[in-house]
Amino acid sequence: MSSAQVTERQAPPAKREITTLPRFSDRVFRGVVSLMSMSSLVILSLIGIFLAYRGFETFRSQGIHFLTSPDWLSETDASGKVIYKFGMSAMLIGTLLISIVAVIVGVPLSVLAALFLTFYAPNSLKKFFVTIVDVMAAFPSILYGLWGFFVLSPMAEYWAKLINKYFGWFPAFHVDDPSFNSSPFIAGLVLSIMIIPIVTSVSREIFSQTPLDRIQAAYALGATRWAMIRTVALPFGASGIVGGAMLGLGRALGETVAVYSVLNIVYKINWHVLYGFGGNVASMIVSKWGEASFTEAKALLAAGLVLFIMTLLVNMGANSIVTRTIKSGR
Amino acid sequence: MNDENTNSQGDDMSTSTPSVLSSVAQNRAAHHEANSAPMGSGLEARGVHAWFGKHHALENVSLDFNPGTVTALIGPSGCGKSTFIRTLNRMHEFIPSAAMAGEVLLDGKDIYSSGIDVTQIRLKIGMVFQKPNPFPSMTIGQNVLAGLKLAQLKHDNKEELLEQSLTRAGLWNEVKDRLGVSAGGLSGGQQQRLCIARSLAVNPKVLLMDEPCSALDPGSTLRIEDTISELSKTMTIVIVTHNMQQAARVSDYTAFFLSDGGPGQMIEVGPTSEMFSRPRDQRTENYVSGRFG
Ligand SMILES: Nc1ncnc2c1ncn2[C@@H]1O[C@H](COP(=O)(O)OP(=O)(O)O)[C@@H](O)[C@H]1O
Ligand SMILES: [Mg+2]
Repeated sequence: MSSAQVTERQAPPAKREITTLPRFSDRVFRGVVSLMSMSSLVILSLIGIFLAYRGFETFRSQGIHFLTSPDWLSETDASGKVIYKFGMSAMLIGTLLISIVAVIVGVPLSVLAALFLTFYAPNSLKKFFVTIVDVMAAFPSILYGLWGFFVLSPMAEYWAKLINKYFGWFPAFHVDDPSFNSSPFIAGLVLSIMIIPIVTSVSREIFSQTPLDRIQAAYALGATRWAMIRTVALPFGASGIVGGAMLGLGRALGETVAVYSVLNIVYKINWHVLYGFGGNVASMIVSKWGEASFTEAKALLAAGLVLFIMTLLVNMGANSIVTRTIKSGR
Repeated sequence: MNDENTNSQGDDMSTSTPSVLSSVAQNRAAHHEANSAPMGSGLEARGVHAWFGKHHALENVSLDFNPGTVTALIGPSGCGKSTFIRTLNRMHEFIPSAAMAGEVLLDGKDIYSSGIDVTQIRLKIGMVFQKPNPFPSMTIGQNVLAGLKLAQLKHDNKEELLEQSLTRAGLWNEVKDRLGVSAGGLSGGQQQRLCIARSLAVNPKVLLMDEPCSALDPGSTLRIEDTISELSKTMTIVIVTHNMQQAARVSDYTAFFLSDGGPGQMIEVGPTSEMFSRPRDQRTENYVSGRFG
């Protein structure tokens, strides 16, 4: 060690600002691209502002009942004045039930499909299935709804009976009378099929980034493919799968037409997932919209705002989880 | 004086001469002779070819690995050393479009014959990779025992196996107090020895090492070389190395690989001391004396 000289420390110089002058073409391109990406943000905000503006009156007149009461009706009182009661709690609970069913059924199927496509399928088969899954994503939801109504419902009714018979002691599987058709369960099943494409493609993306050296380490220790998946791919992909599931949930929350076609929409709270009535916020809006009075339309827009916020939150959460996973490469 | 000694054994290839290398190798041979009772399994490659798609990467390699010996595979990069070593425990086939021809016999039985359970093969023929690859989500202890879980093996005394594997890999003293800590916190050299311990825990008969020290500092390298010498008493070892000093220090036999632009071939194999003192092939001579590669 050399003897340290005690000197007055000089203040560090001011930091320089480092700039580069972009080329003109680059600036133009940058302008166009940022304008485009801004536009989606602008549109999204405009929708939110519109819904809030139109729905505001309903929030004021209904107060907290708008979220807590199940009734959605108008009465004429003795003096001939029309009284509106708008509450969306039945629909919120329905949304929750349907989405939970969709996620519980759809996510495992999607993860298995993604594992198959990433680690088992030969290349030719992989391309074929990826195309199929993409096509599934592009299908109009009314087709799922019709299929759900005509094909899935009869089968699902039978499964619902079985579940009720053996697990009826569990409160959610209870039914008051044997009416199993058009239940949240069946709507959730239809939705589970509809969220498969998005959840599968997110999971596939994550699994395909599993570090090769870890995969090889597992195989070199005598792992079977399944053992490798359990110890390497699933832990690596776990949080990404959660993100993918939330993206699926985001889709399930907002799904309208398919739910509308299979579900028996009733404005009454129903916690029994197998029992034949329910509803969700989006399907309520379409079912009421056609014959809504001016006041009711505003209430529907207010319900739309609630849905908008829910979907936004879930999707933002999902996106941040997914990008974090992909970036951190864990 | 100490300094000089270190220099002559240093890793700098350009200053090394065949005579220095061969004397190192002779020491190694004497040491081995004195200490070992051959164990491990014999491995024989018979006319092995390897392809990546249309690219013929390896041509007609036949090589015997006797039980309890250390064989070094040397040669310039791209000559097929990694490809060859990966055919020895069937890791080659994980690369899409990879193909092979020939036979690899473990104790006389072809590991590529149909009806062979490939996971059993990989348990008997362990592998250590160039880059240390512990499982980051597991603790040190879990990493060592990962093979049991992956291959669904039972073991009565996991504590003992853990200690034994880490001891054999020369890591026990450094980690015995933090077995429950994530493996990510270890240094590169420690991680590599952890990977060796992980391979040892499933009790392989053969250990394949593909440039296990190329990502490590000289100190860690020496520790791993000690580990290899220790392990060679109980198992058969094949090690790919870029470093001829290392080949001379740890191996009993050396095989020289070369590609003349076409598929890689094995030019020559022999006892390490001979390979470095009087190689039969001019190309081997050129390589070990540092004239190319
Ligand atoms: N995954 C791969 N795909 C295609 N070609 C490969 C792959 N790995 C290695 N090769 C080719 O095989 C030849 C031998 O490579 P390799 O066995 O890695 O050489 P070495 O380990 O001796 O440096 C090289 O020509 C290399 O380009
Ligand atoms: Mg290599």
